[in-house]
Amino acid sequence: MHRVSPKYKNSAAFYDVDGTLIKINIVHAFAFYAKRHASLAQSAVSTVKTAASIPVFWAADKLSRKWFNEIFYRSYEGEGEDRLVVLAEELFEDVIKPNIYPRAKQLIEDSRRAGVRQVLLSGALDFTMRPLARYLGVDDLIANQLEFVDHYATGKLKKPFVAGATKADIMRTYAKAHDIDLAESWAYTDSFSDYPMLAVVGHPTVCNPDFRLRSLARSYDWPVLDLDEEPGRATSRRPQGLARDPRDSRRPRSIRRT
Amino acid sequence: MRAIRPKIRSHTREHIVTIDTDSAPRIMFSGENLIMEDLPVGTRVIYPNRPMTPVANPKAAIRYALNHPESCEPLHALLEPGMKVTIAVDDISMPLPIMRTPDVRELVLEIVCEMLADHGVDDVHIIIALGLHRRMHDWEIKRMVGQKVWDEFWPDRLYNHDGCDPDGMVVLGKTPHGELVEMNRRVAESDLTIYVNLNFVPMNGGNKSMAVGLCGYESLKAHHTPKAIVESSSYMDPPKSYLSHSFKRQGDLVEKSLKVFHIETVLNNRAFDGPLSFLTKNEDDFTESDRLKYQAMKWTLDKLPFAARREIFMRTPAAYELIACYAGACDPTHDKTLAKQNEQNCVEVQGAADILLMGIPYISPYNVNSKALNPLLVQVMALGYFYHMYRNTPLLRDGGVLILTHPCSDKFDPVHHPSYIEFFNRILTETTDAYTIETKYQDELAYNPSYVEMYRHGNAYHGAHPCFMWYWGQRGREKTSRVIVVGADNATVPAIMGWETAGSIAEAIAMARGTMGRSAQITMMHHPPYMISDVT
Repeated sequence: MHRVSPKYKNSAAFYDVDGTLIKINIVHAFAFYAKRHASLAQSAVSTVKTAASIPVFWAADKLSRKWFNEIFYRSYEGEGEDRLVVLAEELFEDVIKPNIYPRAKQLIEDSRRAGVRQVLLSGALDFTMRPLARYLGVDDLIANQLEFVDHYATGKLKKPFVAGATKADIMRTYAKAHDIDLAESWAYTDSFSDYPMLAVVGHPTVCNPDFRLRSLARSYDWPVLDLDEEPGRATSRRPQGLARDPRDSRRPRSIRRT
Repeated sequence: MRAIRPKIRSHTREHIVTIDTDSAPRIMFSGENLIMEDLPVGTRVIYPNRPMTPVANPKAAIRYALNHPESCEPLHALLEPGMKVTIAVDDISMPLPIMRTPDVRELVLEIVCEMLADHGVDDVHIIIALGLHRRMHDWEIKRMVGQKVWDEFWPDRLYNHDGCDPDGMVVLGKTPHGELVEMNRRVAESDLTIYVNLNFVPMNGGNKSMAVGLCGYESLKAHHTPKAIVESSSYMDPPKSYLSHSFKRQGDLVEKSLKVFHIETVLNNRAFDGPLSFLTKNEDDFTESDRLKYQAMKWTLDKLPFAARREIFMRTPAAYELIACYAGACDPTHDKTLAKQNEQNCVEVQGAADILLMGIPYISPYNVNSKALNPLLVQVMALGYFYHMYRNTPLLRDGGVLILTHPCSDKFDPVHHPSYIEFFNRILTETTDAYTIETKYQDELAYNPSYVEMYRHGNAYHGAHPCFMWYWGQRGREKTSRVIVVGADNATVPAIMGWETAGSIAEAIAMARGTMGRSAQITMMHHPPYMISDVT
């Protein structure tokens, strides 16, 4: 292949992760930790507690991403830092890696080839995202950080929270620090709650969008990617104009003569 | 609604009608609708030739071509057990509208695949040679290649070409003019490539098949330039086409590097038959039945919403038939193809027009099964393809006025044409200068990672494709003094493209006469099906 020089010099691509590059979200990661306590009894209790909390998490997320973060990350209170970090590798191999969207890695590779700086911008916890960032080969990872006191989680996040409008602020700060032109940069997300990060770049792109974001993308004519399709397979939009000659009703047979 | 009056005069030449006081009004496409207009006395209306008689047995004609190729051994003599063969096949950008099944490509593929199997050739891949067009949907491929080939090859050995795959492309070299020639890796590594071409217009087929159908962006941008278009008079006349010369240089390098067996098929121009056959007739010759069909269709189209109108047309495949099949070495095969195609499509016209009138239909090579003919594609149909449908000298004289009929709605298909949307709304509103666009914006769109992803794995045209579409109309833009669009549903879209609007054909002609004078020669091209004017 004729290798062309990178076309973009001061551009970055910012990716939301949960739902955008991977099919799962932070609740799956927490459930993974909950299931892996030292004692079976504790694992069972944690798992049941997590399952029971899901409606609360869902409701909080619908009301405010900030509330959701405050309620959700309280669940980590008392967890040991070393345990969380060590299990993160296993979390990646067992849970995250099988749930990476089939076309996500290719998207990042094509983007990097064009000379664009690759940045993951996630509301998930940084130690759970590090193996993914390494696997995808991105340049930078910006994620939420748990507050630890004496190596035990307090259940609070360090500020600023990586969510909603704060993501846009973080991107502006990052762009300034790395001499990035946001007008020549990309943002990828699946959720309407990330509208601010789409609003600050010149090339907003939505991936596997929820209904509200899809409607918004259609209104603004933003590109819509479906990273869930297997590479090499065609998408299956409703056929139009697929008129078949009614006279052509022959039964198929094999090409190979036997 | 007015009825079309019956014919009361005879014509000396079948394909050219000069409008008189007693002539019937003419029917024109205007996107997904039809309009009927009285034209001024003295207007010339050019009709396509009648469809040529198809070959009696298409499969026999194909087999004969494979066994009696041009300047080359028969296909069976080129085959050896165990060899690696790739079959490249044209995508559905042609013919227009899509043809009834079985598609002629299905017939060729079935015969070729049987022959390969009979000769112990098992390592066979079929690649849709789409260049930088959109990937075909799976159901489109299935319809095109037929059930048998589909069952045998899909999906591992039947797939779309990917011109942006860094590992799937190789460089064959550069032409003496410095034009890069990239090639699909599978093709480059095959012992034999068989190219199955469906030849519908003279610019396609021949060297273009391999050099464009299986190339990458860096190859394509060697000739898809405003300069190449402006220096092609016309690009439907290969000897006078800068594009064709560039294809030839690239094609020669391909033929020198690889072993290629070309199969080219030629169709007649039976675009509509059955209840729609009146669309191809001279309106003076309409029967009562034709008039009723037109009025029923017009009434229906007027009542239906846009999507339903579009659906009606897209679900009506054309009745094209095979009139010839040739095979063998690239140039001799293509020469025969062109001769046959010109026999079908060329109509002799004396003298150029001052004002050229054309209806723009619902379809173009780039919106098959798309949700709309977007404004850029309206432009490429008018100033690109239809303007260039001539040989010798242009049908519209330099400085003439072009009148077209189309709603020019601000409608795009976001799945097939995502980069068109940005091109039209951002770039074209900054500059309409094709040369500036080429240097300033083309690479930006080509390497936009979102568009690359949508081209490689979705069903989008390549990011730079809208630039090429704009260049495609460059000669038409430079050579016409005014472009007037009739029936536009908004003023913004025509204004962005530098066009004027008129409420009716009569108003547009009055405006055009303001530039060209009262005695201006007015010509209408009556299509589809398309025709090529042989202007003397």
